[in-house]
Amino acid sequence: MIKNGRVIDPANGIDKECDVLVVNGNIAEVGKVEKSAQAAIDATGKLVVPGLIDIHVHFREPGDEEEETIASGSAAAVAAGFTSVVCMPNTNPPIENETDVEYIHRKGRQARKTHVYTMGAVTKAREGIELAEMGFMAEAGAVGFTDDGNGVQNPAVMLRALKYATMLDVVIAQHCQDDSFAQDGVMNAGYYATILGLPGIDVLAEEAMLWRDIQLVKKICCGTGFQPVKTRPRWPCHIRYHAQHISTAGSVELIRAARKDSLPVTCEVTPHHLLLTEECCAEYDTNYKVNPPLRTEKDIEALKEAIAEGLIDALVTDHAPHLKSEKELEFLTAPFGIASLECALALYVKALIEPGILDWPKLIELMTARPARIIGVDKGTLGIGKQADVTIIDPDAEYEIDVNKFRSKSRNCPYHGWTVKGKVEKTIVGGEIRFEA
Amino acid sequence: MLGLRDLSAEEIIYILDTAKGFEQISTRSVKKAPPLRGKVVCNLFFEDSTRTRNSFTLAASRLSADVIEFTKTASSVSKGETLLDTAKNLEAMGIDIVVVRHNVGGAPKFLSRNISACVVNAGDGFCEHPTQGLLDVYTIRKFKGTLEGLKIAIVGDIAHSRVARSCLWAMTKLGAEVIFVGPPTLMPAQVDRLPVGVSYSLDKVIEKVDVINMLRIQFERLGGNPFPSVREYSHYFGLTVERMKRAKPDILVMHPGPINRGLEMESEVADGANSVILEQVKNGLAVRMAVLFLVNQAAAMQG
Repeated sequence: MIKNGRVIDPANGIDKECDVLVVNGNIAEVGKVEKSAQAAIDATGKLVVPGLIDIHVHFREPGDEEEETIASGSAAAVAAGFTSVVCMPNTNPPIENETDVEYIHRKGRQARKTHVYTMGAVTKAREGIELAEMGFMAEAGAVGFTDDGNGVQNPAVMLRALKYATMLDVVIAQHCQDDSFAQDGVMNAGYYATILGLPGIDVLAEEAMLWRDIQLVKKICCGTGFQPVKTRPRWPCHIRYHAQHISTAGSVELIRAARKDSLPVTCEVTPHHLLLTEECCAEYDTNYKVNPPLRTEKDIEALKEAIAEGLIDALVTDHAPHLKSEKELEFLTAPFGIASLECALALYVKALIEPGILDWPKLIELMTARPARIIGVDKGTLGIGKQADVTIIDPDAEYEIDVNKFRSKSRNCPYHGWTVKGKVEKTIVGGEIRFEA
Repeated sequence: MLGLRDLSAEEIIYILDTAKGFEQISTRSVKKAPPLRGKVVCNLFFEDSTRTRNSFTLAASRLSADVIEFTKTASSVSKGETLLDTAKNLEAMGIDIVVVRHNVGGAPKFLSRNISACVVNAGDGFCEHPTQGLLDVYTIRKFKGTLEGLKIAIVGDIAHSRVARSCLWAMTKLGAEVIFVGPPTLMPAQVDRLPVGVSYSLDKVIEKVDVINMLRIQFERLGGNPFPSVREYSHYFGLTVERMKRAKPDILVMHPGPINRGLEMESEVADGANSVILEQVKNGLAVRMAVLFLVNQAAAMQG
């Protein structure tokens, strides 16, 4: 029993002060609960929301357990209020068959922190050439497919993947980056790349691939021939395309146009593309080296506008842990990635709530119900009978981000020392308290 | 005889009825009849074939025609001769009927426009394989009486299949409902403009159909990799003993051959009680005799 909190459940349109009763691991009642329960949590002044969902994390297992493991990553996640995470398949070896998928699930169960889902690779060895066994992986529980880290470069292969996915009714997620534009760039191609003398990644690398993919989706939706027998409902077919971590104003325009055409295209953003700009790279601090790269104020404005409009479907972290020794390299050779899982909520509060772009219910929706819909899992809601994944947040608690207190194995977080607001008090997964501040 | 798309239901039925008359020739002790005596049939095969080629050869000889065998490798084609020159040279020898198999759609039509001998299409690219379509409907009629109202699934690599196309034309003209089943990556463009249903799920279709025609995965034609692995393909589209348990008890199982056993069909199913695969081969002979007979007759009437 969680008493007297401000219960926000966007999936059911709830935002009111009341109680949440959990029985046998499931939500039993939301409202004024008269019954007295054995264990009551007083949530007065706190937010009681569906467990947060991050559909884009890198837990590095198998292969790079020195950077992160599913155990350490999900411990960090649960401390940050997440009850479900989706691991990316660019591990070593990559997640490309049903056995790999089951391995991730087993490690997740053993860690006993959050629900751990995984996406599978679109192509074998993430090489962008031959389709991976998406059917078997989907049956093993993979919640989508991506070659994240790489974009699928060959348009014919991508079209084939999207078509094949219609048969399985699974989402294809894309790291939009055309390598012929990106080449060996390490930061945004712009003024700062010029004065820092570093090779740049043009916004076109992202936008060209996103544009191309939207044309492919359109081809499948509108170019006839992909309607299953007697199922011609909302979409002419079960195609779902998700653009991962979009970072540019141009991408926002493309998404806006796709939405106008009612195409089944969704997208996500990360905190760093809302809070940091290319200027951060000025001192060659590799903690700001990330892919897609940090862009400009103009891009941040466009992304925030898109969020306010409802064009963005999910707030993610793209939590990408790396060792200190790996990041202590020249800017050119250090790996891409920011580890931000443990302060994600506070970062989104800073980026979106404090400037008044979103209110709490909208923010929670983008971290629960909508990402759940993208990956097609029955989560992100406090609906009666649903598994009790609940996060309790103190919205006003201020704290200073200290990377040395992270449960994550890595420290490559540029937000160290920031004062932020919005603290996770308790995280409940399946009715069990898995984290307490 | 170039394709079934241009034939009417009446014409198709006329061929099938003619074939019925020829079927009993093969059961006689002297398996020969005289209608094509003195005629020359040339098997002009630019692609490998066992069933179709031998079936045509046998059909022609049962009708007392002389048969010339032509193969790509043992001919001037390997020396760079064009299709048209080859055909014109054969024609100069006085052949009456050319039976052509070619890897490119439209080759039989091209020949027929340029030579005066009759052309019979024995399979062109992934356009048509009319005698296969005819023998398939012939076989179905034999077992089911009629095609009217039957539900027929054609399963597999639809995009690269001439059999699927010829079957579709013949079956729908005779009143059957056809469903193409296969992964979306193996469906042809604008398939919805064809008179056909489409499904990506054999499991959903298997219970409903009276006839199932399994196509061979044509590795030589695929290009790219339209499905992740043979294993995953079989998982979704293989006709297994398990799937057969959910099928109608009197379902007809067909396959144009050659079978990739264990891939599109398990051996127990290919050799099982519902399989009419060898019956198809047997009927192919009668159908091809009928086609050669009628083509010759039509030429005589015109000439």
